[in-house]
Amino acid sequence: MGQQIVNGLFLGSIYALFALGYTLVFGVLDILNLAHQAVFMLCAFLALTLVSLAHLHILLALPLATVAAGLVGILVERVAFRPLRGRADSNVAGLISSLAVATIFESIALGLWGPDVSRFPLGTVPERQLHLGGAVVQELQLVIIGIAVLMVLGLTFLLQRTRLGRQIRAVAESGFAARVLGIDVDRVIALSFFISSALGGAAGVLFGLAFNSISPDVGRSVELKGLAVIIVGGMGSMPGAVIAGFGLGLVETFTVARFGSSYRDAVAFAVLFLVLLVRPRGLLGQAATRVA
Amino acid sequence: MIAALQELFLTWQSAIGFVGINGLLALSVYATLSCGQLSLANAGFMAIGAFASALLTQHTALPFAAVLAVAALLPAAVAVPLGLPVLRLRGVFLAIATIGFGEMVRLGFVNWDYTNGALGLVGIPQRTTLPVVYLLLVAAAFLFWRLRGSRHGQALEAIREDEAVARTLAIDSTRYKLAMFVLGAGLAGLAGALDAHLTFMVAPSGFGFGRVVEMLVYAVVGGITSFIGPVIGAAFLTLLPEVLRVLGELVGVEPGPLRQFLNGAILLAVILFLPHGLASLPRRLRRWRERRKGVALAA
Amino acid sequence: MLLEVDAVGRSFGGVQAVQSASFGVAPGEVHGLIGPNGAGKTTLLNLISGLVRPTQGTIQLRGRRLDGLPPHRVAALGVTRTFQNIRLFPELSALENVIVGAHRTRRAPLWPRLLFAPTAAREERAVRARAAALLERVGLAERAGERSANLSYGEQRRVEIARALAADPAVLLLDEPTAGMSRGEVEAIARLIRDVAREGRAVLLVEHNLELVMGVCDRITVLDFGKVLADGTPAEVRADPAVIAAYLGSDA
Ligand SMILES: Nc1ncnc2c1ncn2[C@@H]1O[C@H](COP(=O)(O)OP(=O)(O)OP(=O)(O)O)[C@@H](O)[C@H]1O
Ligand SMILES: [Mg+2]
Repeated sequence: MGQQIVNGLFLGSIYALFALGYTLVFGVLDILNLAHQAVFMLCAFLALTLVSLAHLHILLALPLATVAAGLVGILVERVAFRPLRGRADSNVAGLISSLAVATIFESIALGLWGPDVSRFPLGTVPERQLHLGGAVVQELQLVIIGIAVLMVLGLTFLLQRTRLGRQIRAVAESGFAARVLGIDVDRVIALSFFISSALGGAAGVLFGLAFNSISPDVGRSVELKGLAVIIVGGMGSMPGAVIAGFGLGLVETFTVARFGSSYRDAVAFAVLFLVLLVRPRGLLGQAATRVA
Repeated sequence: MIAALQELFLTWQSAIGFVGINGLLALSVYATLSCGQLSLANAGFMAIGAFASALLTQHTALPFAAVLAVAALLPAAVAVPLGLPVLRLRGVFLAIATIGFGEMVRLGFVNWDYTNGALGLVGIPQRTTLPVVYLLLVAAAFLFWRLRGSRHGQALEAIREDEAVARTLAIDSTRYKLAMFVLGAGLAGLAGALDAHLTFMVAPSGFGFGRVVEMLVYAVVGGITSFIGPVIGAAFLTLLPEVLRVLGELVGVEPGPLRQFLNGAILLAVILFLPHGLASLPRRLRRWRERRKGVALAA
Repeated sequence: MLLEVDAVGRSFGGVQAVQSASFGVAPGEVHGLIGPNGAGKTTLLNLISGLVRPTQGTIQLRGRRLDGLPPHRVAALGVTRTFQNIRLFPELSALENVIVGAHRTRRAPLWPRLLFAPTAAREERAVRARAAALLERVGLAERAGERSANLSYGEQRRVEIARALAADPAVLLLDEPTAGMSRGEVEAIARLIRDVAREGRAVLLVEHNLELVMGVCDRITVLDFGKVLADGTPAEVRADPAVIAAYLGSDA
């Protein structure tokens, strides 16, 4: 039981990090960034390369790769979203342009690292097991949960307590009003992408460490889970994404324990579907807008 | 030599078959897009049509036409109770709920022993022929063509532009949206059956998120201002990898990653620089040439 | 009465946008609805047209309950409207906008069109002709083919009126139809409103231009903070001290 909870929290922490980045961009731009999963994947590969080729310690490789992911995020915004801003179909068009970018990233990964599964070298991470009141827990799992929680807290602080955070929230509220207030909206959007992609990238590294298998399509499975998480949590809602992310991790873990692993993936979508029918804007989503 | 030619014909024959099938899939997504709804349930509907038709062919002696009819009607029937609640959702929320549906269908087949779980069904007799594919594609295109400019077509356009206002003009938007959702489901199911009877097999992995995104990409790259765009987009993007492959062989380039890279780059270029899709290219070129002529005259 | 609004109320969260409002509009009558900004005029039109549901009261058309019906059913029964913040279909031409407005009057099934039957073409020609005539009526005959997003402000408002009229409504709801219009345009709209009423339609007119309202309306309801402050002929309303204090006084 205790072990299942740790397993669930561990899986959930990765979902939560990934979804946080996803939902941050949605909150600011009202657009789904389908390249998010590709940044997740690229960042995992990058950390792997830093560790195995440059022989960096993982605790150095992780922040380096995370920053790199943030920079890639800025690039994604430049290439796939900024040119579409103001276009009437920017919603669907952004979906597709970010998908195109994801395809390009995947092809790059395919060219650089090949289609097969890559793994971190042995001894990259602690492999000790701890005994916590009867449960056997990997030390790595606890470290990953810890890192994820720290990043969530950091983001919360950033959004609530800093100037940039206030500006991001203002842009999310209304881009037009923010412009009137003299906020450099383009800069705020670019920085939101940086943060979002850094979170997604960090999630990718942690995922790669946790399951020790990285391939060019590794982001795809997480992508749909991430979608489910941000919807269930309420689009654009950060606390919602965190709660729903940990919630999904727990539910999946218990589903596997009870019904077997083949039902694990179905759970996310069943929950997603039901939530949307009952609460069309997610559990913590904002109310609908006026009609006339 | 003859064997090589034969092989060439065979590879292109199946490619031409896929052009038609993908055209139907693109139209199935266009159906809902034409009234402004981004629904991504079509991979699920396609799976239902594909599996139902494959089972019917394998276990009954029904003629292919009847099998196709079932493959269209079954997903259409599923679309009614699904669409009623789901079509109340707007924008991205509709997209995601329908992705959820598609994934549930796929995972349902993965977990269903009767259809061999993740392996799916194999050894389906090949009954799909090019005339059947293109007859159905032309029929679907004809329907969209005649719909355009009719009272119903105009109602769909109005809903796409501003649903709330359309409703204040006595347009029952729920019914129209549901009708197009059901039509899209039927077309996707049909395409699923054609695909299953062309490739000898159906497996759940063929109906994932990637599949429906592919359909959407066909439609948007071709242009969704009319039904012609999706068909063009499907043809272009289905043949592009084949052409790139042949070119790659000629030049002697390692295909895989580069091809995928070009696919993505072309998609990005179309979306950024041709907002109304490939179908708008001739008009664009004409206008560009006229402008150049104008400059030449002025000079 | 053709349209009967009875003790209708609507609140949004804490804001009581409309409170127990009652009035009626007869066929052939132009009924003004005036009041200061935020008085609840637009909300009342939203309530009547079904875009917003009342939290209290009833709305009836020829004795039939409208409240609770979805907007398309309200429109099908013969109530159409224009919008304060113009809501044309931007990608459609002026003529196409008006043709969409005629949806209520059309019953033609799809199959004759699939078979290229001449009846279908005839019906479409008739509708186009009717829409063109309506555009001519609002003075936009030569702008029919223009994308509506390219029309001027006043032109867009007139297309909206033509679109609402294309449905052949029994009740026409106009939300500030002359906002942003030139003097000449306003006069044309005043004439149009009178003509429409003469055809036996009821017009409910929300307007800030008091000169127009006083000139064109048979009766006027004054709204303030969601409540009906006064109701009567233009002369009665003009003389009402409460109206002078609350509305005319503050506005002048
Ligand atoms: N959908 C809504 N949600 C929340 N509040 C609303 C909504 N619609 C109207 N209100 C509020 O109800 C009140 C009345 O608004 P309404 O638009 O009806 O006024 P109005 O008389 O049309 O004003 P104006 O002359 O400025 O057009 C306002 O306080 C407005 O903010
Ligand atoms: Mg108003």
